[in-house]
Amino acid sequence: MTSSDLTLRGVFARTKGEGRAALIPYVTAGHPHLNDLPQLISALNDAGADIIEIGIPFSDPLADGPVLQHAATQALNNGTKLRDILAQTKEISQSSVPIVYLTYMNPVYHFGVRAFIRAAAQSGVKGLIIPDLPWLESQEVFHDCEAEGISLIPLVAPTSTDAHIASLEIATGFIYGVSLTGVTGVRQDIDSGVESMVARIKRFITQPVAIGFGISTPEHARRIGAVADGVIVGSALVRIIDDAGDEAPQAARAFVASLREALNP
Amino acid sequence: MAVMKDGPDEAGRYGGFGGRYVPETLMPALDELTSAYAEAKTDPTFQAELAALLKDYVGRPTPLRRADRLSAKVGFDVYLKREDLNHTGAHKINNTMGQILLARRMGKTRIIAETGAGQHGVATATAAALFGLSAQVYMGEEDVKRQALNVYRMRLLGAEVIPVQSGSRTLKDATNEAIRDWVTNVRSTFYVIGSVVGPHPYPMMVRDFQSVIGDEARRQFHAVTGTLPTHIVAPVGGGSNSMGVFYAFRNDPVTLVGIEAGGEGVETGKHAATIAVGMKGILHGSLSYLLQDEDGQIIPAHSISAGLDYPGVGPEHAYFHDTQRAEYHAITDQEALAAFHELSLLEGIIPALESAHAVAWVIKEQERLRSLGARVLINLSGRGDKDVEAVREYEEGMH
Ligand SMILES: Cc1ncc(COP(=O)(O)O)c(C=O)c1O
Repeated sequence: MTSSDLTLRGVFARTKGEGRAALIPYVTAGHPHLNDLPQLISALNDAGADIIEIGIPFSDPLADGPVLQHAATQALNNGTKLRDILAQTKEISQSSVPIVYLTYMNPVYHFGVRAFIRAAAQSGVKGLIIPDLPWLESQEVFHDCEAEGISLIPLVAPTSTDAHIASLEIATGFIYGVSLTGVTGVRQDIDSGVESMVARIKRFITQPVAIGFGISTPEHARRIGAVADGVIVGSALVRIIDDAGDEAPQAARAFVASLREALNP
Repeated sequence: MAVMKDGPDEAGRYGGFGGRYVPETLMPALDELTSAYAEAKTDPTFQAELAALLKDYVGRPTPLRRADRLSAKVGFDVYLKREDLNHTGAHKINNTMGQILLARRMGKTRIIAETGAGQHGVATATAAALFGLSAQVYMGEEDVKRQALNVYRMRLLGAEVIPVQSGSRTLKDATNEAIRDWVTNVRSTFYVIGSVVGPHPYPMMVRDFQSVIGDEARRQFHAVTGTLPTHIVAPVGGGSNSMGVFYAFRNDPVTLVGIEAGGEGVETGKHAATIAVGMKGILHGSLSYLLQDEDGQIIPAHSISAGLDYPGVGPEHAYFHDTQRAEYHAITDQEALAAFHELSLLEGIIPALESAHAVAWVIKEQERLRSLGARVLINLSGRGDKDVEAVREYEEGMH
């Protein structure tokens, strides 16, 4: 890795140079077991992930479908704590592609917004995705993220207005495009509106656009990778981890490698 | 006394509370709802239609009357605002009538709602049936078991009840699931929220629809006594009946008292006394007070009264608390049960367990209120028919 690979923008510059989309797999911290995170992150790195999303489990994940709800519940039942995730991330991040956190707003608010963002930055985290914090409510979080040198990653949904998209021009990092109206989950098909949504975003802003929600197979990844700058895969990977039992790291590595293969030019 | 603002700011903030903490997908729908509601609010046709429905269908105005035997027993005047006499047995229908009219006006054909005790679910199913709309009601699996009668009522009214199996399987989880549905079907669906909670404009809109309680009560109390009450006491779950009765009195010299569910005692951790614990947090779209652990994970609430069994509270109550415009106290399951019996015996009115919490506080504080020469208005938010079976089982279980 070169030093620019350690920034989110650097990653997208490199993958663009390679003629492919960036691969961004997601895992929930503390799932399936309390201390599986280092092994899983290592497997995702081996498999060719470009950025890794670590989900901080929350009791009431209202943007998530059954697979990620179940993973969060299991992680919390395992005794997963925010401070332990931060400590583990600090160890892992030194030998990993860039890491971003996906967290709901209440754990951040309760920890203290600035304190949490500083702790995440000190653990080597490069970006934050907060699915229940819309851009209009995010001034304080955005400001604190900028001050601590990490990116608040805004979301664009199929229902989003052009005005919303245009207002994201100040965002650093990348844009998270939500492929469908709905929650996360494993799905049969890609929503037919994805291509036009990516095109609409690109009409207004220049940031890299990664698409997530429902991307479940190498074929889906290939199709999304042809139009977007990044492909985010969550529920499909977590379900494979769920099904694999003790073989989770191997199963995760094989699946993510197959996604990466599909993205290669 | 500070003059209270009429409503939140543009961003839906009451002081620092409120706001809109929802997925980006829902933001345009909230904008659309905000402007549709603003138009309806000043449209005489909409207001006339709502007023006619409240009068001829819901049965408003509800009576306000002195509770003579209770007053004699405690030694000061106690008046009851009889929201239990509304169609479907609680205040909840004041709000669902308003929201369903708005849904029709916005051309939405599919209605969803969350419910805990089932009262809001029944009120939503009722309003949907009245207008031939299809309604789906999310209800935690625990509550489906605890409130079987209301589940059957909703089905009789043509609504589909969807049991929710995630999390603690109660109201908070039903609300999560309703929000997930709304995110998925946002273009066709109107989400009828049952209390002064959720993202802006819901806390304001639900409060407006419920403020008919206080508007009537203020007129009625004045007509009967020539003056205003000294205290208004109401139970607080999400806070809709209490905000509904408080709002008209917000700039009057009247002590506003909200009663939270103390469950087995606030010190036991098994309760729903959100404001008493006083930790701020974000859930279901707004910043308010919230029951949570040291990691910001939501702690399930506990109360014998399913309608108060919610770990959050509306943001305007948080604001009333912080500005000391209202005071909030907790009443335990046991105290509420005693009041449930007391009001039944003294007044021939079996109150909802939620409402019994307000009655219990007045009985508990009688010495102080007597020495103040208080004139107390209790908002009797609902009737107890739905609770009779649960109370019987609970009391048999204790012996
Ligand atoms: C009779 C009655 N009172 C009170 C409540 C609590 O709700 P809120 O605080 O919104 O009035 C409920 C909720 O189901 C209820 O049914």
